[in-house]
Amino acid sequence: MIEKDLVVIGGGPAGLSACKVALDAGMKVAVFERSFLLGGQLVKQTHKFFGSESQYARTRGIDIAKILIDELDNTDLEVFLNATVVGLYKDNVITVYQDNKYFKVKAKAIIIATGASEKFLAFENNDLPGIYGAGAVQTLMNIHGVLPGKEVVMVGSGNIGLIVSYQLIQAGVKVKALIEAAGKIGGYQVHASKLRRLGVDIITNTTVKRAVGDGKIEKIVTVKLDDSWNEIEGSEQEISCDALCISVGLSPMHMLLSMAEANMTYVGELGGLVPIKSCDYETSLAHVYACGDVTGIEEASSAMVEGKIAGLMAAKHAGFIHPDYEALENELNNQLCVLRQGPCGEKIRCGLKKVGEVYD
Amino acid sequence: MIKYVLEESGEDMRIDEHPILTFAKDKKIRFTFNGKEMFGYLGDTIAAALVDNGIMEFSKSVIHERPRGFYCAIGNCGSCNMTVNGVENVKTCLTLLEENMVVENELSEVIIND
Ligand SMILES: Cc1cc2nc3c(=O)[nH]c(=O)nc-3n(C[C@H](O)[C@H](O)[C@H](O)COP(=O)(O)OP(=O)(O)OC[C@H]3O[C@@H](n4cnc5c(N)ncnc54)[C@H](O)[C@@H]3O)c2cc1C
Ligand code: FES
Repeated sequence: MIEKDLVVIGGGPAGLSACKVALDAGMKVAVFERSFLLGGQLVKQTHKFFGSESQYARTRGIDIAKILIDELDNTDLEVFLNATVVGLYKDNVITVYQDNKYFKVKAKAIIIATGASEKFLAFENNDLPGIYGAGAVQTLMNIHGVLPGKEVVMVGSGNIGLIVSYQLIQAGVKVKALIEAAGKIGGYQVHASKLRRLGVDIITNTTVKRAVGDGKIEKIVTVKLDDSWNEIEGSEQEISCDALCISVGLSPMHMLLSMAEANMTYVGELGGLVPIKSCDYETSLAHVYACGDVTGIEEASSAMVEGKIAGLMAAKHAGFIHPDYEALENELNNQLCVLRQGPCGEKIRCGLKKVGEVYD
Repeated sequence: MIKYVLEESGEDMRIDEHPILTFAKDKKIRFTFNGKEMFGYLGDTIAAALVDNGIMEFSKSVIHERPRGFYCAIGNCGSCNMTVNGVENVKTCLTLLEENMVVENELSEVIIND
């Protein structure tokens, strides 16, 4: 069995940041990533990030991924790609599936940074080929340079729906409409205005009633909703399209933690089932830590800071004290307070309060 | 035996010009899908190459055999599973294309024991 001081599950911004700090503290670290490349969600984000300067705001997501990976160059980090962690056991052992084989790894500490998965939407024929998650569309066009379709309808006006619509247009796709069930746009107005200027029809108080097509999507039927989200009879409309993109939020990838019977709780503001953790980011399983979107859907900026804190604490409790421990701990906690202040941070503050973290 | 119809749009889905990104298309890679010869590029996942070749149906639902495309492209949903070089249940959205790969829709029937 492979033995390490620290195992990090997930090579996104949270996981990579945790690796860096733990390595600096002197741990032997291995990171397991199920994809063929590191970077998590960042590798498909072509837009310049919002957030704060210390978390690379105004830098494109793809470039932030490069910075995080470069920082790990010339370290002793062991990187396992195409390696899915499929089991987490209470004696600090994980099972990994790679190259059609299973193997076990034991560690003094484990950090779960598995990120999130996209939510689905219930409507008739929602499984027709051509109906994709917004993240899938981004992966296809921004990593592989392949278009999902020529005429697309987007569902959901959060920042992801707005940004991916814009990226579709940049790639040469016609965005026929953006549909939103609520009465107003969910994401930032600047993104919505940009789309409107490009002629995208943003339709609020409306949802998808059904998709229509023989073997693949050919059109959708939309229906208007009243203020209590009831369908308004007779308001159906058809929009033809060859792809439908669903962007109705993300939920934490809690499965490994749930399987190992960590204490979990459902918090709507955080996107779903999240682990209860101590202020040192330790879950109810001893020596198992969690950080990033898996502990509540937020942003890459906070995922990076949380990753660093998890790395710092996992190291400390395993007997590896980071040379700048105290300064770092203060600075990182301050950064999180800054990121979560103001009206934009209200939802996340409210969600975190329910798992015992207070930022008011 | 589950039946698949091989239907292609015949349209090229590659992005030619992009304001921010460039896509290396240096090395063409040959593979077969359900016996038919197709081409993708080095760095493509199997799923990306199939979409570029106009393939939208990746699998069928277990009970009603409804056609399914890929959905998440990051390994979460399993709707892109295919048989690759004889190995079943390969997530084609996470598997990079290799020269002369033999890609097939999953053929064996799923047996559900209640
Ligand atoms: C369109 C879009 C726009 C965004 N814009 C911004 C922005 O402007 N600013 C900002 O700060 N944030 C933004 N975000 C959010 C940001 O990308 C995420 O919050 C961030 O990536 C979360 O980091 P993470 O490390 O927790 O998870 P992820 O980035 O999701 O990484 C998790 C990693 O874990 C791997 N993994 C999962 N399960 C396993 C397993 N069992 N075994 C092995 N590996 C596994 C996954 O493959 C993945 O690589 C945006 C997101 C999207 C989709
Ligand atoms: S498309 Fe979801 S696992 Fe491949």
